[in-house]
Amino acid sequence: MPILVVTLGVMLTVFLHAYVVGFMGDTIEMNARFNNGHVKLMTRAYAANMDQSPNDLALLGVDSLMAHLNREYPGIAWSPRIRFGGLVDAPDENGETKAQGTALGMGIDLLTPGTPEPLRLNLEKSLVRGHMPQQNGEVLLSETFSQKLKVSPGDQVTLIGSTMEGGMAMVNFIVAGTLSFGVEIMDRGTILADLTDVQSALQMPDGASEINGYFHSGFYDDEQATSLAATFNDALKENPDEFAPLLMPLRQQGGMGTYVTMIDTWSGYISLVFILAMSLVLWNAGLLGGLRRYGEVGVRLAMGEEKTHVYGTMIVESVFIGLVGSVIGTALGLAFSWILQEYGINISGMMKGASVMFPDKIRARITPQDFYLGFIPGLFSTVLGTLLSGVGIFKRQTARLFKELEA
Amino acid sequence: MENHVLIRIDGLVKRFPMGQGEFTALRDISLTIGRGEFTGLVGPSGSGKTTLLNIVGSLDVPTEGAVVVDGRSVGRLSTREAAQLRKERLGFIFQSYNLLAVHTVYENVEFPLLLLKIPAEERRRMVMDALEWVGLVPKVKSKPPQLSGGECQRVAIARAMVKKPSLVLADEPTANLDAANSHHILQTMEKLNRELGTTFLFATHDDKVISYLRRKIYLLDGRVDKDEIIVVSKTESL
Repeated sequence: MPILVVTLGVMLTVFLHAYVVGFMGDTIEMNARFNNGHVKLMTRAYAANMDQSPNDLALLGVDSLMAHLNREYPGIAWSPRIRFGGLVDAPDENGETKAQGTALGMGIDLLTPGTPEPLRLNLEKSLVRGHMPQQNGEVLLSETFSQKLKVSPGDQVTLIGSTMEGGMAMVNFIVAGTLSFGVEIMDRGTILADLTDVQSALQMPDGASEINGYFHSGFYDDEQATSLAATFNDALKENPDEFAPLLMPLRQQGGMGTYVTMIDTWSGYISLVFILAMSLVLWNAGLLGGLRRYGEVGVRLAMGEEKTHVYGTMIVESVFIGLVGSVIGTALGLAFSWILQEYGINISGMMKGASVMFPDKIRARITPQDFYLGFIPGLFSTVLGTLLSGVGIFKRQTARLFKELEA
Repeated sequence: MENHVLIRIDGLVKRFPMGQGEFTALRDISLTIGRGEFTGLVGPSGSGKTTLLNIVGSLDVPTEGAVVVDGRSVGRLSTREAAQLRKERLGFIFQSYNLLAVHTVYENVEFPLLLLKIPAEERRRMVMDALEWVGLVPKVKSKPPQLSGGECQRVAIARAMVKKPSLVLADEPTANLDAANSHHILQTMEKLNRELGTTFLFATHDDKVISYLRRKIYLLDGRVDKDEIIVVSKTESL
């Protein structure tokens, strides 16, 4: 029974820590998937003005850069993207403008077989109408934007923007489907097109605004990202070219540093509070276990067992219970966390057609701490409880044992 | 002659601090109890029965006088030596059985032998013998909550007797039992006293227990009021 109590306590501690870390980290992951990447490669000049998405400062020679990145950093999935702005025009049946709207656009890999981008951005599940682009020339619009333009899947729209060189770009696309992003600014006017279409439209062959890198684990690792970026940038520090590539971890992009720190701090606080609460529970269990055995201790003392021996055996027992409970509890906690990490809890039913920006699954995230933090309440608190309750053994007066054991 | 004496009490006085002064629980007690006796300390509450039982059981020490149990002077024993005496030579039976509820009957009886570090094989034989003495072999795997009060007290007797101690101290052993179970328990203890020669010393004011005693030491206000030896004919004792 005591092993079961410790096992349950430790299992809950490990599982909830992994859950909190996963849940809190989801917000970072959403930003990473949609905007920042775990690391982002840009030109130095683009990075200096990245808020403006200045495509005249974009990366060129993306194919060879991708080959280099894939070869040198096989632990990271690299995805080139182009961010752009422009005007989207919807013509009527006579070719006259029916409606117009300013658009924020993104060119991503939508058409390469097996491309991870649609899944990464949860596009298919966020489709409101139509289908995913299946060939060049097809785009996705935000649902609100499509209503504003009075277009439906199958209709034609014209993107009017500026090329990389500053010229005017005007390209026709067919609306394949519409999406809900769940964020006002994006729902107001977003257009998603295949990267090659955007390269062609903005006349930036083999170019990209940025190349986002994603760890294969699926989770942002701040230490790894920062170290990777530092190593990459150090190797190029002698290069004076403002168009030399610069690798930036998510933490250094916009306000994400504060956010990452805040998430780390809060998930730390929440975990700490829970570990403390569970420690109190198990400490109490150890304490009560010791007190519950008051009668047993009395009998053992009466039968001639020495106080130090009784105390010693109780501590050894609690260490054994704490260790076994912690090991089993940690294993079970990790197992449940792994299931939640790999498969997640599907909440898409609750968020039908919700948005790209919200994950359709709640996931846990196993971190190295999960392998040992269960031992704090499981072993330390249980033994501490026994140590404290056991002190009472030395205060027992054998002369009172008959009276005490009469009850 | 001295070899037949198990307990020798000489001028025993026991005082307890009480408030600013002292309370005298035992006053100038002098007694000898021989091996194989079936003796009771009889008297009302507060007469000093349990205090005397505590001192004889090396759970407490005399304030004055000497108490020698099986050749060892209780007042001069260190805590460790007193524990050693209890572990090796004494058995205890409590009013409330005090069995370990999570352990089986077998494990409860085995416990004193574990303290004595007796080898497993011998331990097993001794436990089974003790359970046979009290008629509980069929209940060997049961746990105390599954037993009746009478059965629990029989387990307690087996636990006290398993190491074949020189002396068994029993404080009101039938207080929680009905008449039928009380008689059964007392008959069991009487039989063990007769067959194994173990000395029993009771503290009681229960008439049922008193009726089985072969020596009744009446205590009143901490003094021996009367020391009565019952002569039992050979036929009766058989």
